[in-house]
Amino acid sequence: MEILYQNLLAFDRYDLIMIAIGCVLIYLAIAKEMEPSLLLPMGFGTILVNIPFSDALGGPIQELYHAGIANELFPLLLFIGIGAMIDFGPLLTNPKLMLFGAAAQFGIFFTLCMASMFFPDFRDFFSIAIIGAADGPTSIAVANKLGSQYVGAITVAAYSYMALVPVIQPPVIKLLTTRKERKIRMPYEQKAVSKKTRIMFPIIITVVASAIIPQATALIGFLMFGNLIRECGVLESLSSTAQNVLANLITIFLGISVAFNMTADKFLQLDTLLIMGLGLIAFIVDTAGGVLFAKFLNLFLKNKVNPMIGAAGISAFPMSGRIVHRMGQEEDPQNFLLMHSIGVNVSGQIASVIAGGIILNIAAKLMGG
Amino acid sequence: MYVLTSTAVNIDFNPMAFIENLKYMGVGMLVIFVVIGIIILATKLVNYLFSE
Repeated sequence: MEILYQNLLAFDRYDLIMIAIGCVLIYLAIAKEMEPSLLLPMGFGTILVNIPFSDALGGPIQELYHAGIANELFPLLLFIGIGAMIDFGPLLTNPKLMLFGAAAQFGIFFTLCMASMFFPDFRDFFSIAIIGAADGPTSIAVANKLGSQYVGAITVAAYSYMALVPVIQPPVIKLLTTRKERKIRMPYEQKAVSKKTRIMFPIIITVVASAIIPQATALIGFLMFGNLIRECGVLESLSSTAQNVLANLITIFLGISVAFNMTADKFLQLDTLLIMGLGLIAFIVDTAGGVLFAKFLNLFLKNKVNPMIGAAGISAFPMSGRIVHRMGQEEDPQNFLLMHSIGVNVSGQIASVIAGGIILNIAAKLMGG
Repeated sequence: MYVLTSTAVNIDFNPMAFIENLKYMGVGMLVIFVVIGIIILATKLVNYLFSE
């Protein structure tokens, strides 16, 4: 009996706070359906690693962490699944949409400057900035590669705000656009995209992006590999496996092993709150960057674009594209922006990965690598 | 025993760091637009060559 008492008495309030945080993550996943596939395993993993003398922390979770996160394997494998899920058709129909994806990465670099005021180590403020990629696997891969001590907080921020995109984006878009601008219609010309083009696209993206930013090769390469499996037309079974089984399996392992960094000593710091605040700024500035860039382009365009589609340039796919479409229909039920906004949204996926590579490239130079 | 701490509390808030790191914002956004621009041109070329 004494042993039992000793185990129970080993709980301190910080362990209990972390277990409560784990329960909140599980609640958000189930009750609010906020990124449930990741927040639920993460929440349960948080409980597992904060039980005193837990054999999960030093055992399977630690092993999974080193096997799949410390070496960035899980995020990259997840990218194969994500690549297999994405249809680049709307983007191939109108490649210029990719410019909005580039503009909406502004939040990353603005947050980099903001975070540098609080965190002196460039590995930390570069990693915090990448929350603005609005892409969980990229955030995890970059923060790990840079060796940031805040991987846990960065992951929670990235996935939480991705889930909160429907709450964060509309007020920012409304603040920066007039009703007249939100009513701008954009006719969609249905163009056939050849199979050869669909096959060449992932190869070209990989070669171009990797040649210029070698540090992005793994990120962009695995994403495009997944897309090539989808588009080649001869690997239906592999494509289906990548989209479903592989993506689901990796998501489970990724979620539970990220919890390795969710121990009280690493997570219960005021820095975590600061990182959550900076993450929110990143998402807001990303959205603003995309919208303002579209408004800027409109100064020169004969056929104006609806500036709301700029907001879909953040990588949170497909929520952001759908939000823009919905907001367009709220102003004008006959306004169909979906194909444009989804095109911009998938370009945001590519641009965010490239931005991750740029961050790694700059960091490598600073490290003398 | 864990204590609610913050490294930020121990670090002086350094507003000048924002200015010092603006160069990364400039370089980062420039590179991303250059890469995306090249990809757009390459995609247009592929569309042109392989259109049905």
